[in-house]
Amino acid sequence: MADFVNHILTLEDSWIGYIVAALVAAVLILHVVAVGALLFIWMERKISGRIQDRLGPTRVGGKFGWLQTLADGIKLIAKEDVTPDLADKFLFKIAPYVGLAASYAAFIALPFADGVVGQHVNTAVFFVLAVLGLEVFSVILAGYSSGSKWSLFGAMREAAQVVSYEVPLGMCVVVPVMICGTMNLTTIANMQAGFFTNWLVFNDPFTFLTAIVYFTCATAGVNRAPFDLAEAESELVAGFHTEYSGLRWSLFFMAEYSSMFIVAALASILFFGGSHGPIPIADVLGLLSLDNLGSSDPAFHVFNEDGGGFFASLNLEIAIARFLGVANLLLKGTIGVTVMMWVRWSFPRLRIDQVMTMCLKYCVPLAAVGFLGATAWQALDLPTGNSLMNSPRYSHHELWTADDSESTVEEASSNEVQTPHEDDTHAAAKAVELKTVPVSVVKGGER
Amino acid sequence: MLLIGTVSVSWYLAVGAVLFVLGAVCMATKRNLLGVLMGVELVLNGANMNFIAFGSKVLRPQGSLGLDGQLIALFVIVLAAAEAAVALAIALNFYNNHNTVDVDRANELNG
Amino acid sequence: MDLFAVAWPYWHQFFFIIFAATAVGFGFGVLLSKNVVRMAFYLVLSLGSTAGLFFLAGAEFVGAMQLMIYVGGTLVLLIFGVMLTAQKDFINMDTHTQDWILATIVGGSLLMVLLFAAFGAEDWNTPQDLTDAKVEATKEATPLGLALTGIRVDTLGETDDAVQGGKAGYLMPFIIVSVHLLVVLIGAAYMARTKKLSHATDDKSSRAKLMLFKMEHEAELLEEETYVVTHRGQSALNPLDPQDDEN
Repeated sequence: MADFVNHILTLEDSWIGYIVAALVAAVLILHVVAVGALLFIWMERKISGRIQDRLGPTRVGGKFGWLQTLADGIKLIAKEDVTPDLADKFLFKIAPYVGLAASYAAFIALPFADGVVGQHVNTAVFFVLAVLGLEVFSVILAGYSSGSKWSLFGAMREAAQVVSYEVPLGMCVVVPVMICGTMNLTTIANMQAGFFTNWLVFNDPFTFLTAIVYFTCATAGVNRAPFDLAEAESELVAGFHTEYSGLRWSLFFMAEYSSMFIVAALASILFFGGSHGPIPIADVLGLLSLDNLGSSDPAFHVFNEDGGGFFASLNLEIAIARFLGVANLLLKGTIGVTVMMWVRWSFPRLRIDQVMTMCLKYCVPLAAVGFLGATAWQALDLPTGNSLMNSPRYSHHELWTADDSESTVEEASSNEVQTPHEDDTHAAAKAVELKTVPVSVVKGGER
Repeated sequence: MLLIGTVSVSWYLAVGAVLFVLGAVCMATKRNLLGVLMGVELVLNGANMNFIAFGSKVLRPQGSLGLDGQLIALFVIVLAAAEAAVALAIALNFYNNHNTVDVDRANELNG
Repeated sequence: MDLFAVAWPYWHQFFFIIFAATAVGFGFGVLLSKNVVRMAFYLVLSLGSTAGLFFLAGAEFVGAMQLMIYVGGTLVLLIFGVMLTAQKDFINMDTHTQDWILATIVGGSLLMVLLFAAFGAEDWNTPQDLTDAKVEATKEATPLGLALTGIRVDTLGETDDAVQGGKAGYLMPFIIVSVHLLVVLIGAAYMARTKKLSHATDDKSSRAKLMLFKMEHEAELLEEETYVVTHRGQSALNPLDPQDDEN
């Protein structure tokens, strides 16, 4: 994109292009956070209303109360920003920003579609989880610095809960990584392209189990009901944000809703095909062939970076295909968030000891069973969802050549379809002239 | 100066050295047991920075440690986590028994 | 417009300066802050910037690992410890002046030695040409994982047998570390368990007994504490009103 901007501005390789490209990406992601929060809060009120046999907001902005959140936001901005006397003022003021920054930063590595990602990170799964884990600091700091017992208790509970639930969450995430053989979220999503039987959730019974455990642990990890002990109203007033008001209070909510979206989107990428719908529409319509997914060929960029003018260089078919992918992922993420809301308004809150029991006695063993089972399923090469449907799954084998340059050679596992699954690194696979050494051969101790 | 020249391994080593010294001074001066622990973490990070710098193919295309640097850094991180868990357990134990976290008062073994 | 037209091959330096400055700056924050909770917060930021430097040097996996284990795990544990022990006089603790002087001298000389060593070697100080600033990401997670299971795919091209033999896999250390982690897990849980007080004979929990004990002996404990406070030349402050408030 930077090259494209530079070309439009008729500059040579200039830093302006990079800045503009980075700003465009940052602002787009900011919209997911901010507009997402607006939408989700409205949805939450509507859904909770319907579940409780009420109507929810109906007045502001037309029939369905579309603009209710906006009105609330304006009210919050106008409110006084109170800092308690007993608070540690510096930490109290900075805590909401820490949380928002953490959940915003996790979007950097989240691919919205094939090639639509802020920054390619090879270990994207790991990166997203790691950065999301930082959000707990904002809660701890807020709880400590408020100078209130309610806040401190809420923060302690949250810290204990989040740290515990990271264990089963990590074990669940390892399963798709193991099946796909990569930590790159774009590649994981692309390997599930095609019909929905290719989705990893239908790979085998154990991945199905893992997907459920993942979603449970993710709900607990972002402190949603029934695991929202940190803000249990009946016991702790409002938990860690008891003392907050106005804009800082709303920043906590933006962070919460955007991290809900992130874990839902991560679930959809890891288990539910990511940006690929149940039917490969882009392939059927001939916009973007499945064979060309993940290609780093400039021919498959949305903007032809050599062409002049904005519309002349727009590759319309690819653009539509990418747009469909983004819409798919956003839809799946929103569905995930909706399920979280549904759960929230259907189940009563657990006690703190029940939360811990749930994690250590049920989630961890279940995740371990899922992991072992999925591993065994792969090792024994048992039939998977897509092999029952006889649709091709593109497998991704990494081989190393003897000339010390790691090059990727992909093979289509079944049928005759050869897929150029080039990684999104620019390391175009060098022509393999020297002998190609599969990993298993090296293992024999030849060297 | 740095913006005109280019970053070499030395600059990373310098950052590592500063973090190391800060951690060491922190360990020496803090009276709070947990402050001493934080110093230990800083020291380990300073050392890790060296491994990463020497193992980086970006900074040293020729003669870099390669994967070994990163692997040792990984081991350091894991062992640091283990060390922190044990040290915290000791700290909490000390607090429970002596009702303080002041390391200067941990002088029972003085002859 | 001439300024804009030039390529700017300094992205690496630019981000290096940002991350290095935050890492070192918040490192100083850890050292100079008296409030233990703030120290923990500064340490989080310092270690996070260090992870940024790791990313910059091309070690993505280690950077993510640093964020996950160090910042996400270890420091949450540390803050737990801080909050469990943060009471009264322990939040703000002064360092003796003689300690400061001694530590500054020793630390300063150590820093000089280390910096001379860092910039001394010609080989290390030769900057690489990073003009092509689009540093290519390497496929590194898989070789790292394979190296941990004892297979070194990155040394396949090595012709020198001695070098290749020297670059063995890391299976043994990996297993040792795994066992070590298990031992630490059990050991830490054993050490940090709540102990029964020696005179606790009934079935009340030891925590409650401790509270009772404290309430009974409050006067004595208070005396002891005031003694400590005066001895250290400190004033007993309100714990929630930190001394080095920056506002």
